[in-house]
Amino acid sequence: MPPAVLTPGGAAIEARGLVRRFGAVEALAGLTFRVERGELYGLIGPDGAGKTTAIRAVAGLLEPDQGEARVLGLDPLRDPAVRERLGLMPQQYSLYRDLTVGENLQFFARLSALPRAVFRERSERLLGITRLAPFTGRRADQLSGGMYKKLALACALLHQPEVLLLDEPTNGVDPVSRRELWALLHEFVEGGMAVVISTPYMDEAERCHRVGLVHRGRLLLEGAPEKLLAAYQAEGHPHPAFEELFIHEIEGAAA
Amino acid sequence: MSAPAIVARGLSRRFGDFTAVDRVSFEVEQGEIFGYLGANGAGKSTTIRMLIGLLAPSGGSATVAGHDIATAPDAVKASIGYMSQKFSLYLDLPVMENLLFFGAAYGLEGRALRLRAEELLEQVDLGGQGHLTTGDLPGGLRQRLALASSLIHRPRLVFLDEPTAGVDPVARRVFWRLIRELAAQGTTVFVTTHYLDEAEYCRRIGLMVDGRLVALDTPAGLKRTWVPDRVLVARGRGLAAAAEALRRTPGVQAVAPFGAALHLRVDAARLDGPAVAAALAAAGAVAPEVEEAAPTLEDVFLAVVDRGGQAVAP
Repeated sequence: MPPAVLTPGGAAIEARGLVRRFGAVEALAGLTFRVERGELYGLIGPDGAGKTTAIRAVAGLLEPDQGEARVLGLDPLRDPAVRERLGLMPQQYSLYRDLTVGENLQFFARLSALPRAVFRERSERLLGITRLAPFTGRRADQLSGGMYKKLALACALLHQPEVLLLDEPTNGVDPVSRRELWALLHEFVEGGMAVVISTPYMDEAERCHRVGLVHRGRLLLEGAPEKLLAAYQAEGHPHPAFEELFIHEIEGAAA
Repeated sequence: MSAPAIVARGLSRRFGDFTAVDRVSFEVEQGEIFGYLGANGAGKSTTIRMLIGLLAPSGGSATVAGHDIATAPDAVKASIGYMSQKFSLYLDLPVMENLLFFGAAYGLEGRALRLRAEELLEQVDLGGQGHLTTGDLPGGLRQRLALASSLIHRPRLVFLDEPTAGVDPVARRVFWRLIRELAAQGTTVFVTTHYLDEAEYCRRIGLMVDGRLVALDTPAGLKRTWVPDRVLVARGRGLAAAAEALRRTPGVQAVAPFGAALHLRVDAARLDGPAVAAALAAAGAVAPEVEEAAPTLEDVFLAVVDRGGQAVAP
C-alpha cells in the first residue's frame, strides 16, 4: 500500500500500522484505520482487543512503538494545537466527586473557556438528554454508575470539538439516555464532527456509519454495518444479528 | 406451591425529600429469572439494597427467602447471594483464594470449602484456573468469578446488579447460559440490566420509572400492552434530513437514527409502511424503502418512559 499523504485537508483521523507492546503483550499489532469528517466510526471487539490502546494512541496519550497517528493532519504527540480540536472521554473519567452535577459542568465549561450564554444553552440541552436535570444539586459521589457516566459524557460534549473520541461511553447507561445520546452524536457528525466510539453493545455498533472489528490488535473486518450483514447473509446465514456476525468472526479468528 | 422467593409490599425509601422508591409491590417465584429494568436513577439499586438487608425501608415491607428484611436483615444476608455493579474481587490474589476468602466470610472452612470452590470453578467454566492471578483475567472471566463468589454458600436466591455492564458479546452469551443453568437447578435470579436483548431471557420483567414499578409482565406480554404501535425500519439516502419532517408528521411516535437507517414507531391506526415511505420521499429522501419490524423490549422501555409510566387505555 502506498503511504497516504497526510494533509490538513485529508481525513479527520488517520492511524497507520500502529504497533504497541506492553511487556509480552502486543496490544496493537499493525492497526490501520481512517475516519473522515462527518463520519461516526465504531471500534468494536472483545475485551483486550486493543480498542482502548488505539484510542489513547490517536489522542496522543501514548506513543506507538511503530506506525503513526494523525488528527486533522496534525501529530497528536507533538502538536499542541490538537488539544483544542480534539475531545476525549476515557473509560475512567475523573469528575470532581465533591462537586455537584451542575458545578462539574460549570468547571469543565470554564476549562474550555465556553462563553456563558453558550454554556447555559448547551448544559441545559445535555442535562435534558442525559435526564440529569432533576439531579443538578446532587454530588458526583452520590450518583449511580450510569448517572456518573452520563455526567462525564455531558462534560466531554460541552465544548463540541472537531474530533471526538469516546471509549465505551455508554456502559451502564440506560436505554433511553443511550438512544438520545446517539441522536445527539448523529447531529454532531452531520455538522462535520468526526466521532470514534468504542462499544461492547452490538446494537450501538449498528448505529455507526462504519465499524472496525478489532481483534488481537488489528482489524479483522471493516465496513458499513448493513453491508457487513448483507455479506454475512450471502454466505448462507439467514436473518443474521450483528452479535452473531461478531461472534462468528471472533471465533473464526481464534480457530 | 412453594412460597415466593421475594414478596415486596408497598416498599418505599426516601432520602430527605427525594423518594427513590415509591410503594413498590411484587412477588418473585422460586426458580424464576426476574428482570428489573429502569433508567439510571429510577430506583433499581435502592430496591435491591433494601431487599438484601443493606438499607432499611422508609415504608412498606418485604420478605426475602422467607425472612423479613426489617426484623431479620442478617438472616436475609446469610441466605442470598449478591453481585454488585462494581463487584469486589481481590485482584492481586489468585482466583481460588478469592473464593476461599468469600467462603470464609460465610463461615465455610476446610475441605468442604475447598471442594465447594472447585465445584463452582467447574460450574462457571473456570475449572483448573484457580491458580491464575485474578487481575490478569479478562473482564468476562472476572465477571464469572464474581458470580461464583456470590454462590459460594449455596444461596437459593441471587441478586445480580448490572452483572454484564461493559462485557463483550461472547462473554455475555456464556454468562447468560450460566444464569439459565442456575435457574434450571431451582435458584431464583433477580437481575438488573440495561441490555434489553438480555432481558428477553427473563421469565418476567418489572419496569421502574421515577421510583414506581409501572409494568410487570412477561416480555411478550409487555410488548402486547405497551407497543400497540407499528415498528418500521426505513433505508435509503437523504434520510437524516427527512427525519426532522417525519417527526412532525401526525401519527409518528418516535424517530431514531440507526447507522444509515431510521427506526420508527408509528400509530398503527394512522400510518403504515407505504405511507411513511411516501412521507419520507416528500421530505427529500431518495428511494426510501420501509419495512415492518417486530417490536423489541427497547421499544417497550422507550414507550413506557415516554408515557411516564401511564399505561395506554385499552
